[in-house]
Amino acid sequence: MDTPAVLAEGLRKRYGGRTRKGGAFALAGFDLAVSPGTVHGLLGPNGAGKTTAVRVLATLLKSDGGRAEVAGLDVARDPRGVRARIGLAGQYAAVDEGLTGRQNLDLFGRLFHLGARRARDRATELLDRFDLAEAADKGAGTYSGGMRRRLDLAASMILAPDVLFLDEPTTGLDPRGRGEVWDAVRTLVEGGTTVLLTTQYLDEADRLASRITVMDRGRAIADDTPDGLKNRVGGDRIEVVVTERADLAAAREIVARVGDGEPTVDAPERRLHAPVTDRVDALTEVARSLRDERIVVEDIGLRRPSLDDVFLTLTGHRTDEENR
Amino acid sequence: MTTATTMTATAAPTPVDLTPDTRHGRAYWAVVDCWNVVRRTLLNYRRQPLAILWVLGFPIVSVLLYGFVFGSAMRVPGGGDYREFLMPGMFATTMAFGFMNTATTVVTDVGKGVVDRFRSMPMAPSAVTTGRGVADLLVATAELTILAATALAIGWNSDGGLPATLLAFGLLLLLRFSLIWVGVWCGLVLPNAEAAGALYAVIFPLTMVSSVYVAPSLMPAWLAPVAAWNPISSTVTATRELFGNPGAGGGSWVEQNAVLMAFVWPLAITAVFLPLAVRRFQALSR
Ligand SMILES: Nc1ncnc2c1ncn2[C@@H]1O[C@H](COP(=O)(O)OP(=O)(O)O)[C@@H](O)[C@H]1O
Ligand SMILES: [Mg+2]
Repeated sequence: MDTPAVLAEGLRKRYGGRTRKGGAFALAGFDLAVSPGTVHGLLGPNGAGKTTAVRVLATLLKSDGGRAEVAGLDVARDPRGVRARIGLAGQYAAVDEGLTGRQNLDLFGRLFHLGARRARDRATELLDRFDLAEAADKGAGTYSGGMRRRLDLAASMILAPDVLFLDEPTTGLDPRGRGEVWDAVRTLVEGGTTVLLTTQYLDEADRLASRITVMDRGRAIADDTPDGLKNRVGGDRIEVVVTERADLAAAREIVARVGDGEPTVDAPERRLHAPVTDRVDALTEVARSLRDERIVVEDIGLRRPSLDDVFLTLTGHRTDEENR
Repeated sequence: MTTATTMTATAAPTPVDLTPDTRHGRAYWAVVDCWNVVRRTLLNYRRQPLAILWVLGFPIVSVLLYGFVFGSAMRVPGGGDYREFLMPGMFATTMAFGFMNTATTVVTDVGKGVVDRFRSMPMAPSAVTTGRGVADLLVATAELTILAATALAIGWNSDGGLPATLLAFGLLLLLRFSLIWVGVWCGLVLPNAEAAGALYAVIFPLTMVSSVYVAPSLMPAWLAPVAAWNPISSTVTATRELFGNPGAGGGSWVEQNAVLMAFVWPLAITAVFLPLAVRRFQALSR
């Protein structure tokens, strides 16, 4: 196998250093290996340690133990070398809202030591590439959330880095902004950049990443392809909620006939679900059969596995119990 | 040459050569990076020149309020025009309030991840703070210029001669310089811009209990020494003396040696807060 573009071995980090005893480890022996030229998803609920991991790898934070390499360079021993090879787009769009989009990129280009002329040319090139040419000379403060994010991505791409860290690039965006950012990320990868992307959405990791590491309490608890992960969770499922509990048995039979496995029944909630593959066919078929048998349903639909489902399967506990 | 430029502009953009310039040493880049961080602030003001009025609003309103409304009721020890007495105080107050600006900018930059982005780049880490400092001094110079012009327009004058006048403005900037580090430190310690805004509750009384509005000799006996030893008072009294404005004197040692103290205080503040700010900045990676 190639040398990983990003490598973490047993990374440990406790905030507050030695002074605060007994504090939980934000990273508790975190392992990661990202193949060059791929998008790797780091998936985990709030507080799992995703940002901490990214900050250690991007040389912003010193770890308390373990080892990390980025683009073949040791993060602790050669931070300057690492900084010349990475881009970072943090959890918030780090753009100056008082400046125009062009001025923002121009400034970062100069700070990357491109010199005034090349910084200006690179700004123009990136504004085109991220579809911001029209708004280039408007204040970044007037940009939509999606535009701001794209400007932030463009800024992290100034030197066409070997490795790009994106920390929750779509959190807080509406579906349209999210789609715009996804497109921008795909554009990056065509250029050969390795991307490590953190997210709380299984859906997002599924769309963008070729491999996903699931993180919980400072550790990697699974490392798999999106399909592998979804198979473990059970993939898409159909879900039916009947109005009358008496209809539950009949509904179960219908769902069992169409679905790919034994339906799971939640009697008090009058709900049942079963894994499916031909999603729309299955939905149509179940709906028709239910109507034929005059079973009144309160709700029927297809559900994709969410981060919650992944967690339930992998850890046996729900994500929202995490921070309590 | 011209045709080539036009052609590339209309064709698909030519990829830019992205090799960073490595011809120069670290010291060179520390200066260039610092200048580019300064440019960021200056460009902000160029796009929103009125932003500077937010800082100047307070002293200008104060001049109108105290100078014209309360002015006739105010006494200046040894006699003299209250507005002439007040102006050096307004210069110093503006310098003192400027540290809020530093704190707010730093806390916002940290919160928005701008500082993280800078730190993740191969630029000189020192430029983040030195750039802030130089930018703030340039802005302070602009503020003083506007304020001095306003002061001249309402009848204030410096009778001290050019060297003394320049020294006075130098001392005002020295005060501002020392408070930059207090501002940077506050910006790194405080959680958000709202908390930085609450610093008004500290700086406002500090400017009131000083020689800015009223000479300490006219204050109650227990308050007078507090006001006299206030670092802001030293700069105010020293500049009054240098400008030849009324009310400069005072009986206590610290008032007698105001020019000396207008150097000592800012240097002492810098000696304490510059290392604190640097340590706090380095602690971002812990
Ligand atoms: N600056 C900090 N100081 C103290 N604790 C922190 C700090 N940042 C994060 N933590 C804690 O470390 C853990 C991991 O946080 P983080 O890396 O931000 O997770 P995520 O990005 O996955 O939401 C959380 O329990 C969080 O409360
Ligand atoms: Mg996070």
